Amino acid sequence: MDTLRVGAGVGFYGDTFLPALEMMQQSAVDFVCFEDLAELTLAILQKDRARNPKQGGYTKDLIPMLEAGLGTALHNRVRIITNAGGLNPDAAAQAVTELAKRLGLSLKIATVTGDAILERLGEFLPFPHMETGQPLPQDISRRALFANVYLGARPIVRALEEGADLVITGRVADPSLFLAPVVYHFGWDWDNWDRIALGTVVGHLLECSSQVTGGNHGGHWDAIEGLDQIGFPIAEVNSDDQVVITKLPGSGGRVDVDTVREQLLYEIHDPSAYLTPDVVVNVTGARLELVGRDRVKVSGIRGTQRPAQYKALLGYEDGYMGQGMMGYSWPDALKKAQAVEAIMRRQISRFNLPVDEIRAEYLGYNSLHGPLANEEYADQLNEVYLRFAVRTPDRRTAEQISRLMVPLALGGPPTASGLIGVDRVRSLMGLWPTLIDRNVVDDQVSVKVEEVGT
Amino acid sequence: MRIQDVAYARSSDKGDHVDIGLFAYVEPSYQLLLEELTVDRLQKFFAPMGIGKVDRYPVPGLLAIKFVIHNALDGGGARSLRADNQGKTWSGALLRYAQVRLDER
Repeated sequence: MDTLRVGAGVGFYGDTFLPALEMMQQSAVDFVCFEDLAELTLAILQKDRARNPKQGGYTKDLIPMLEAGLGTALHNRVRIITNAGGLNPDAAAQAVTELAKRLGLSLKIATVTGDAILERLGEFLPFPHMETGQPLPQDISRRALFANVYLGARPIVRALEEGADLVITGRVADPSLFLAPVVYHFGWDWDNWDRIALGTVVGHLLECSSQVTGGNHGGHWDAIEGLDQIGFPIAEVNSDDQVVITKLPGSGGRVDVDTVREQLLYEIHDPSAYLTPDVVVNVTGARLELVGRDRVKVSGIRGTQRPAQYKALLGYEDGYMGQGMMGYSWPDALKKAQAVEAIMRRQISRFNLPVDEIRAEYLGYNSLHGPLANEEYADQLNEVYLRFAVRTPDRRTAEQISRLMVPLALGGPPTASGLIGVDRVRSLMGLWPTLIDRNVVDDQVSVKVEEVGT
Repeated sequence: MRIQDVAYARSSDKGDHVDIGLFAYVEPSYQLLLEELTVDRLQKFFAPMGIGKVDRYPVPGLLAIKFVIHNALDGGGARSLRADNQGKTWSGALLRYAQVRLDER
């Protein structure tokens, strides 16, 4: 029986790569896939690229991770796939090439590009909003920071066929990163929709790393052991289309039906029609069985023909956020903090500051649930922090507003204390999703394979 | 009955939408949740957060219900001023509402 093992490297930009190193050291996987790009990540990378157009725009965890693991991966024949290329896969490949030379390693690096369409946005106008159908307004396209298509698994499979040891992409749909090695290894047909759906579910279960091995578990989370060294998921796929989700023996966390079903439905919208670039997945008939310790078998996944269009996402600059925090203690902790909110609001109107939105939240009371918070204990809280945030059209106003708060430490209600302070002003970003024709994008998708160190 | 003994939930963002998965441990509590957590009721419950429509997708084979709360994040996580800008705690709000419904039975 031929069994392919695919491991999860990271689940977001900033995740730990130690579990992936362990998988590579133990030769526990054939492929490891690093999923670095959440919707918010491209905004971070865009700022980075704006500061450094030639070398910025890919995730900075790539080089330290490869510095620690590339030699081991090559030695143990573990191939690596990652979308860490972000907004600048070429720069990422260049940095890896330099690293490989420095470490004296030889390998084939593939770069997948063609997902970035901001520079050719004109070809895609009117760029209608995916949900409302509204054409992209000019004042938004002027403020665009990035526009990227969610590519599928095909270009990655092409790279693997050309012998790539490391595949670096930009925006590729998260599960497609993991689907690619499965399709490549077993030679699946692209129109065998049930199989492509099964491989996509493998990807979906692995793409958020430890969220399927007991991390962020809404159930009996306090019964999950070893979160200090939580294991990342590994999928075993065999030539009979059997899939088991597991993790390294001895690692922390847990894989059971509860942790797997929780991730299976995560962020997929309609469970009978989870849209990906490669297939439309139906998980409503999914069967999950615990077949061993930390081993869950996944079956009953169905697929239908892939969507006719790709999804693309444009991010645009949408004002600035200034914010400050002040803490108050019993007695009347909430009342004091609320008084500060009222003072801030009055000052903003007195000084005629251009503010588009004000948000006041009370940490320890309602900062997370807002108007849905339970009011029962509001009068008896030991302490409350006011977080006061504003949306402004320009950076300067945002800075000014944060500064209004500081003098209230002496000139406001009593017991102002704790983490008094103003936060760095942050730029805010709006999102504009659309659907675009495949062929216009596919014509520009390129897979470049380069040999380093031979 | 304590809701955390019969069900759990996880939520997060997809663009401007909040996506919540609710999971029962056993069949009878799943049926209760299906009866109590109707689209209309959730629409009213989440209304103070400023939301669009609510979609509900039962997945009986997994004893699960998926809820998608549209236009719930002030334009999305990168634009929102909220501390919970990605809707990660909406699962908890839903669970508490479910508890209230169960207590009233």
